[in-house]
Amino acid sequence: MTAAIKVSSVSKRFGPVLAVDDISFTVETGSTTALLGGNGAGKTTTLSMLLGLLLPSSGAIAILGEDMVRHRYRVLPRLNFSSPYVELPLRLTVRQNLTVYGHLYGVAQLGHRIAELAEELELADFIDRPAGKLSAGQKTRVGLAKALLNKPDLLMLDEPTASLDPDTADWVRSYFQDYRDRTGATIVLASHNMTEVERMCDHVLIMKQGRIVDQGSPAELIGRFGRDTLEEVFLDIARDRRKAAES
Amino acid sequence: MTLFLSLRRVGAMCLRHLYILKGSWPRILEMAYWPAINMVVWGFTSQFFATNSTWVAQAGGVLIGAVILWDVMFRGNLGVALSFLEEMWSRNLGHLSVSPLRPAELVASMLCMSLVRTVIGVLPAAFLAIPLYHFSIFELGLPLLAFWASLMVSGWAIGLGVSALVLRFGLGAESLAWVLIFAIAPLAGIYYPISTLPVWLQPLAWALPPAHVFEGMRSLMLGHGFRADLLVSALALNALYLAAGVAVFLWVWHGARIRGALLNVGE
Repeated sequence: MTAAIKVSSVSKRFGPVLAVDDISFTVETGSTTALLGGNGAGKTTTLSMLLGLLLPSSGAIAILGEDMVRHRYRVLPRLNFSSPYVELPLRLTVRQNLTVYGHLYGVAQLGHRIAELAEELELADFIDRPAGKLSAGQKTRVGLAKALLNKPDLLMLDEPTASLDPDTADWVRSYFQDYRDRTGATIVLASHNMTEVERMCDHVLIMKQGRIVDQGSPAELIGRFGRDTLEEVFLDIARDRRKAAES
Repeated sequence: MTLFLSLRRVGAMCLRHLYILKGSWPRILEMAYWPAINMVVWGFTSQFFATNSTWVAQAGGVLIGAVILWDVMFRGNLGVALSFLEEMWSRNLGHLSVSPLRPAELVASMLCMSLVRTVIGVLPAAFLAIPLYHFSIFELGLPLLAFWASLMVSGWAIGLGVSALVLRFGLGAESLAWVLIFAIAPLAGIYYPISTLPVWLQPLAWALPPAHVFEGMRSLMLGHGFRADLLVSALALNALYLAAGVAVFLWVWHGARIRGALLNVGE
């Protein structure tokens, strides 16, 4: 497998604060990888650097084979992003939003693609309603439609099921698993939901104080720490209890 | 940074704002409201001066023309700044920043939308002046296009500066979109010749493109002919200020990528 993402010795400093401290990792093509960590661990900063929203203070980031600092516009048409914390224009209808973003991404046969996504993501009932008048679940589905418009090779998700009810959250997870299986896309997600990560991810990067303190598959991490769930592993790391190291 | 612009992406961003305009008649009304109100107020003032001042009596439309052209500059500035503020208000900058849209394309779309907003805003006032005051600014002929273009570009330069300030300092600076342009109004010679200003202020006024445009407008309307020299100097200064406005905006945008401000901006 080739690496969809290759991060080499990347640091990010905001004045006196070292938000990300010399991290290196690779994300294999076609995998689903989670960035885990407590608040302030550096997940959002790392995700922002992967997206090119934030320039690293040092180090190199290659996305889909391109240098993200120097050639991000070669990569951006092939990736997409969804976050419950970044809105789409609220006064535009769902269809208008998707039309604007479809043009920005150069989506061919845009009307057909929007209709396809409307059916897959069950948007038909509210596709001509302003985005500001949607429920949280509907907004999430619209955010997903925007993120999938260009059929991205790399999808970055920031807390994809935050504030969703369990039924909708389960539907969203299933959708992403299915999308990856169908297209071979790579998915990177930042999440606080350990059950979600255990279910969806092949690989987990655990961050603390700006550094990657452990990584592996969910099963490997659970085994290494002698725990039953990823949540227990997360708590061990957050509270500096390394069962594996002790044994 | 590449200078290549995609017309498709620029068009997409214009479409985004046209959707807003299409769905909001109060916004369209607001655009036309202030120029029309200004024109009415100053039109009556002009009528008063026409019967009380020999200077204005030579060309009763001078003040009305000045008001209309000043609104071109004001709308030009506001059109750029509002297009950017819309993205800030809707917390949409994060999505745009990870799309293939380049900052220069965002700037180009803001300028296109400024043209649209200015035309929607100013033309009704210009037409209203014809039945109300028997003054048609269109009688200026081709020079009107040059005046319009020059003042709109001046507005663009200020609008880009305001957008850069909002991106740098957050939405707390948004009122600058309405306020900043009025700071140069006294120096622009909108309603009076630059020679009216104190001598020490006049060089500063001549460093501003609108001073050349309004002086040129008065020359034409008072029967002294079209001053090509004033137009050329206005265009040259505008090129300088617009280049500076674009450069400052792109520089601040780059700074926002260092500070991490693109994901966390909003109300």
